Amino acid sequence: MNVVSRPDQALPADPDSGVVVDVLGAGKTYPDGTRALAPVHLAVSSREFVTLLGPSGCGKSTLLKMVAGLLAPSDGEVRLWREVQSAATQAPEAAGRKLAFVFQDATLMPWSRVRGNVRLPLDLAGVPRGDADRRVDDALALVGLQGFDRHYPRQLSGGMQMRASIARALVMEPNLLLLDEPFGALDEITRTRLDADILDLWWRRSLTVMFVTHSIYEAVFLSTRVVVMAARPGRVLREVLIDEPFPRSEAFRVSQKFLSCCKELSGLLAEAAASGGADPLAGAPT
Amino acid sequence: MSARNGRDHVLRVVAPLAIGVAVLLAWHIWVRMFDIPQYIVPSPLLVAQTLVADWDILSASLLITLKVTFLAFFSAVIVGTLVAFLFVQSRLIELSLFPYAVLLQVTPIVAIAPLIIIWVKNPDAALTLCATIVAIFPVISNTTIGLRSVDPGLLNLFRMNRATRAQILFRLRIPSALPYFFGGLRIASGLSLIGAVVAEFVAGTGGAAAGLAYQILIAGFQLNIPRLFAALILITAAGVILFLLMVWLSKLALGNWHESELTDRS
Repeated sequence: MNVVSRPDQALPADPDSGVVVDVLGAGKTYPDGTRALAPVHLAVSSREFVTLLGPSGCGKSTLLKMVAGLLAPSDGEVRLWREVQSAATQAPEAAGRKLAFVFQDATLMPWSRVRGNVRLPLDLAGVPRGDADRRVDDALALVGLQGFDRHYPRQLSGGMQMRASIARALVMEPNLLLLDEPFGALDEITRTRLDADILDLWWRRSLTVMFVTHSIYEAVFLSTRVVVMAARPGRVLREVLIDEPFPRSEAFRVSQKFLSCCKELSGLLAEAAASGGADPLAGAPT
Repeated sequence: MSARNGRDHVLRVVAPLAIGVAVLLAWHIWVRMFDIPQYIVPSPLLVAQTLVADWDILSASLLITLKVTFLAFFSAVIVGTLVAFLFVQSRLIELSLFPYAVLLQVTPIVAIAPLIIIWVKNPDAALTLCATIVAIFPVISNTTIGLRSVDPGLLNLFRMNRATRAQILFRLRIPSALPYFFGGLRIASGLSLIGAVVAEFVAGTGGAAAGLAYQILIAGFQLNIPRLFAALILITAAGVILFLLMVWLSKLALGNWHESELTDRS
């Protein structure tokens, strides 16, 4: 495989090149006693592509929402760029310290055209119209939606709606991109294309990405590191490094290495499902 | 596909029209054949002639009824929308006031109209108040539901981008509420006409305003049944035009994006 070293790797490290996300024993227990996520320790360094992989109910979305500040942890804390993230204060906003979140659904405003939807974060931040429109054009070009800016969301396919949603996240030029099962509702072919595009964006824009999925293949193809999670209670099982250089091509998907990574991950997930964690019913020996 | 659509459009107009013509024809023949006296059932031709002959009186009455209808409609929309905004601002306000909105809705207007007509000196204001009470409930309930039915994902997005309360209201809550609001308008427009006519009936011949209901009452007393029919037709026509106006308005506002107004369901 053709290995290309990243040109910016030779440059001196910028002040934020260290740990971007630091999850310090953050967990979530709801007031009714339901434990969504046991305390987790996880550090994500700058320019990593970390995937949270696990079955439904393993707390992977909960963890991501706590990182985004959409949900307050009931134990521990989350730090972004070494500052405590909380639902009350929101993310620390400084140059080179911006996070963006891509939801499970495209979550577009149906009454607004693609341009209006993508420009929303800039409008809310009070960016002047001309400057905003230029940045919207750039973001639309990045996701391959040039010429669709006058369309309404309903006129786009599911994949294109997701692209618009990603453009809206990119328009603020984030350093940390959080994606919560973004392609779960799409067909396999569209998903494969968008996976490749996300990987390309991450590579070219020097992003730090946290990606939630329940697809083993997606996790292996995309990630530098996979965090395997288990349900009942939601917890982190193991972290697996995917030791394959970037940029990754479609050939990686059919390689022996890809297969063995998938095997390792599915083995871990099956083991977790069989042991059943704290759930006495699921833990019955066969 | 387009040929079939075209045929569908033609049918949509032609089929009801054919029924209407058939009924008018049957009505005319029936009146002629059995020699029904015009003070029981006038022939459609006679009704049409009366409509033309009495146009001066009837159109003046129509204007009076329409004035009350529009005043009531606008006050119902303005007050109803304000109440809805109040309701979504605070759960306490909604919980304390909503039962009274329901109370207003379930009390028949004919039962409270006499009181209002006694209390409010100005007859126009009294009639408008009655019609407003009839029309306001769908505006309140629909707009309240609309303002509440915000996509939680979009709300999270706005919050993550640190939107202010005003930005969330104008850029998210109000656009989300529009389809519901226009649904409320559609119902309220018909109800304000009904409210205006009912209030006129209750005010009766003693009222100073001589709207269409007044003409119907007088025509009834005088057994001037053709004029009664003519007035009835004007009320119905006004109702239909109001409804179409609301449909057009809602199409204008939502035509581009909302499912309820989309015609090209591909």
